[in-house]
Amino acid sequence: MDVKSEIEKQPFPGEVHQTAGGGILTSKLDDVINWARSNSLWPLVFGTSCCAIEMMSTASAKYDFSRFGFEVTRATPRQADLIIIAGTIVNKMAPVLKRLYDQMADPKYVIAMGACAISGGPFFYNTYSVVKGADHVIPVDVYIPGCPPRPEALLHAMITLQQKIKNGLTREQIRSEATKT
Amino acid sequence: MTNEELKSELLQIQPVITVDETGEWLNVNIESKDWPSFAKQLHDKENLFFNYLFCLTCVDWKTHLTMVYHLSSLRFHHNIVVKSKLERNNAEIETVCNLWKTAEFHEREVYEMFGVNFINHPDLRLLILPDGWEGKNPLRKDYEDSINMIKL
Repeated sequence: MDVKSEIEKQPFPGEVHQTAGGGILTSKLDDVINWARSNSLWPLVFGTSCCAIEMMSTASAKYDFSRFGFEVTRATPRQADLIIIAGTIVNKMAPVLKRLYDQMADPKYVIAMGACAISGGPFFYNTYSVVKGADHVIPVDVYIPGCPPRPEALLHAMITLQQKIKNGLTREQIRSEATKT
Repeated sequence: MTNEELKSELLQIQPVITVDETGEWLNVNIESKDWPSFAKQLHDKENLFFNYLFCLTCVDWKTHLTMVYHLSSLRFHHNIVVKSKLERNNAEIETVCNLWKTAEFHEREVYEMFGVNFINHPDLRLLILPDGWEGKNPLRKDYEDSINMIKL
């Protein structure tokens, strides 16, 4: 899904009509809400293996995902908007992941980081313990390949998620669209 | 003790063993029926004093299984490896958790992963795997995942 070019032209959704003494902004409320949401996505503290090291690196001073509105990682699902699945999900972890996802308040987003979270990765063949892709458990918005992906790749995925939110329908809209048809 | 000294000492205690000196540590092969008495002597004998079992595992060679015990003496700082061949269909060996308490959970792990039956083990049940896994041993070479997506 290539959403980049559309958004980069629009720093803020809407048009400014210049008037004397300032200006009037006209916009759609949905667009403004999406814009606001996409710029404040707090990730959950959730890392199950080596991808988590790269995620921590992305949070640290050198890459610093706070610059893009990923502000702080939260240790409770009640305050988080985003799960970055950084690592292998094993059968015993799957119910925990599901529960954490369910406990998060809407709107909530999921990034599957790395080969294990996408498909089970190196544990794909004949394993007794690994879930073959986190999307068997919870829906995923953005996938990042890599084993593990570099911090730049994670940043790219996070920015892609922001653009997806800015571009698209809200979850509630998607849900009501689905019930209509 | 050096490996040489250990070798002669062990051969005195139990002449039926065979040894392999190619590795860093002395490897001792023993029949599973001789293992309990041999283990007791390794543990109790004053000049051997193997008081620390630092690894207990199993290997599936497709034709047979091998139990592997890594022993160490914290007093003399010498180590040995004891190996015992088991039949694949009827894998059983005497427990050593009466000598080395740590073996209790190691043996439970080998029990669930390889299906080795440890005779006289006080609490032989699954360690990590969820209930109902008995009979399917994930670390055996012929194990097949129930949701197997690729066949090699």
